[in-house]
Amino acid sequence: MLQQLAQLVVNGLITGTILALTGVGATLVFGIQRIANFAHGEYLTFGAYVGLFLNVDAGQSLPVATVGAILATGLLALALHFAVLRPLRNRGLVAMSLVTVGLGLMLRDLLFMIAGPRIRQLRIDQTAVFDLGLVRISPGQLAAIIMTVVVAPAVAFFLAKTTIGKSMRAVADNRDLASVAGIDVERIGAYVWFLAGALAGIGGIMFAVVQGTFDPNLGYQVLFLVFTTVVLGGIGSAYGALVAGFILGLAMELSTWSGFAGGLEPRFKPVLAFVALIGLLLYRPQGLFGKARIV
Amino acid sequence: MGLLNPAFWTFVAVIAGIYAIMALGLYVQFSLAGLPNFGHVAFMAVASYTMAILIVRYGVPLPLAGAAGIGASIILALIMGVPALRLRADYLAIATVAGGEIIRYLALNLPDLTGGPIGSIGLLGPGDIATYNQEWQAFLDMLGRLAAPIFGRMPSRDLVMALLIWGLAIVLIWLGWLLERSPWGRVLEAIREDETAAVAVGKNIVAFKMQALILGAILAGMAGLLLAWEIGVFSPDDYQPTLTFYAYLILILGGMNRIWAIPVGSILFSLMYTGTRFLNFYPLSLFDSGSRAFLRLFLVGLLLVLFMAFKPEGLLGDRRRLLLEK
Repeated sequence: MLQQLAQLVVNGLITGTILALTGVGATLVFGIQRIANFAHGEYLTFGAYVGLFLNVDAGQSLPVATVGAILATGLLALALHFAVLRPLRNRGLVAMSLVTVGLGLMLRDLLFMIAGPRIRQLRIDQTAVFDLGLVRISPGQLAAIIMTVVVAPAVAFFLAKTTIGKSMRAVADNRDLASVAGIDVERIGAYVWFLAGALAGIGGIMFAVVQGTFDPNLGYQVLFLVFTTVVLGGIGSAYGALVAGFILGLAMELSTWSGFAGGLEPRFKPVLAFVALIGLLLYRPQGLFGKARIV
Repeated sequence: MGLLNPAFWTFVAVIAGIYAIMALGLYVQFSLAGLPNFGHVAFMAVASYTMAILIVRYGVPLPLAGAAGIGASIILALIMGVPALRLRADYLAIATVAGGEIIRYLALNLPDLTGGPIGSIGLLGPGDIATYNQEWQAFLDMLGRLAAPIFGRMPSRDLVMALLIWGLAIVLIWLGWLLERSPWGRVLEAIREDETAAVAVGKNIVAFKMQALILGAILAGMAGLLLAWEIGVFSPDDYQPTLTFYAYLILILGGMNRIWAIPVGSILFSLMYTGTRFLNFYPLSLFDSGSRAFLRLFLVGLLLVLFMAFKPEGLLGDRRRLLLEK
């Protein structure tokens, strides 16, 4: 049972990292552009498929494919921002939500048409297992851990120390105040979309290697987990999303631990997260760490 | 099935009529009451599942099971009312689509109750094929025999169904039109335009919104039942969130705030949706028929984006009364 607990903690930390990284992008977009981006999941899918193309069809190594996916997804997010979302941004919350729903359907079904509905996998050994005594990890999980160790501190450093990172947080926190303080809100907005796309790209690759196999529904299936992360961390709060991702990842995995009255059946994990999302929106829309104010 | 096969077009007409009723439910919630419900499909799911479970497992007569299905939609509306009446528009959209997904996940993962991933056919457990619509088909046959003298021959079940559904849809839209112009409809319009003003004149906003939510749920439940009876077998996959967005697209195609444009929207949508199967000329012929199913969904997304960008009030809508600005 202890072994199961350790295993769940490892799995939870890995899922948590992915949610944390994608959540940072989504929360900054939500905070700065005031858009609930229903297409965000498809950005992850897009990243996974760019990675698949580079890794399997073009024969590149996994690190090269990952960098390619990050850049391509960042550019996709930027392109959609300039081509669609920015020109339409004064259309109101519901209209923008419907637009992003439409974009998500377009992206997902375009991938279905181009790549086909069959289940795919990146070139990574799915059968090997590294036995570390208490826990066992797959090569996919190991790859995800390596990406985490590289990317998570980099993102945290970027947000904490660089001028652009600080500006992003400032605009997400209070757009008008940031603007008055001399920050070019438009320019920062574009950077944020690129960052959000890039992080979604790496998130897509990480989900692909951790799950082992995927199809074009990959991102859609995690969209609401990303939303839950965003709301849990407080909309617009980058650090909040980082922490919330880990909390959510751990909570979802640990809920299945047999030590908790037998544990929740794994198939109900998404239901748990959705119930948490609705509950949070209702009773604590400012998130775990947010100040109570009009949100 | 070919382009000239009347049976195919009858089927399209049936589906368009059912979608019109589904969209009417969304109209009451969204266009009248300003509630952006992104989980409309959940009402259809609970109504169908309740009806099918009662018929298959407990032998409840069809009218009673149907009524219970509608009752289940109403209960879900009461539960959904809690977030619907408190949340800002975009949070509400997220919460309702997540709520709809909870229903679908539960249907998928509670096989003892719902038959699991294989759906209604598995309601009696493995090895036993469950059906719930014999009574409905017998009812259609009875109507067909009554109508036989008019047609000079026995009309097909689908033809009877199409006439029945369109008759029902038109009556319901007419009732909705009366409701929109009634004092009740005017209060909803006032709430939508200026909530504070409506409170100031002593209107109970929560009660009015709740009533709109329930009314929309009843209509969605009816659409869900009719769809289940028409297709004969359903599974959790039939209640993907995309179905809700079909309803939005139907409202947008017709006209966001014109109740009589709903049939126009649903007919256009159904033509677009079923019509793509005939788009087998170059370059679309490069996609096999399986991929063309995805092409349809791609077009649904594209039309949503294009209409929101260029004609957010819809083809026949009135721009001045648009409520997407919130």
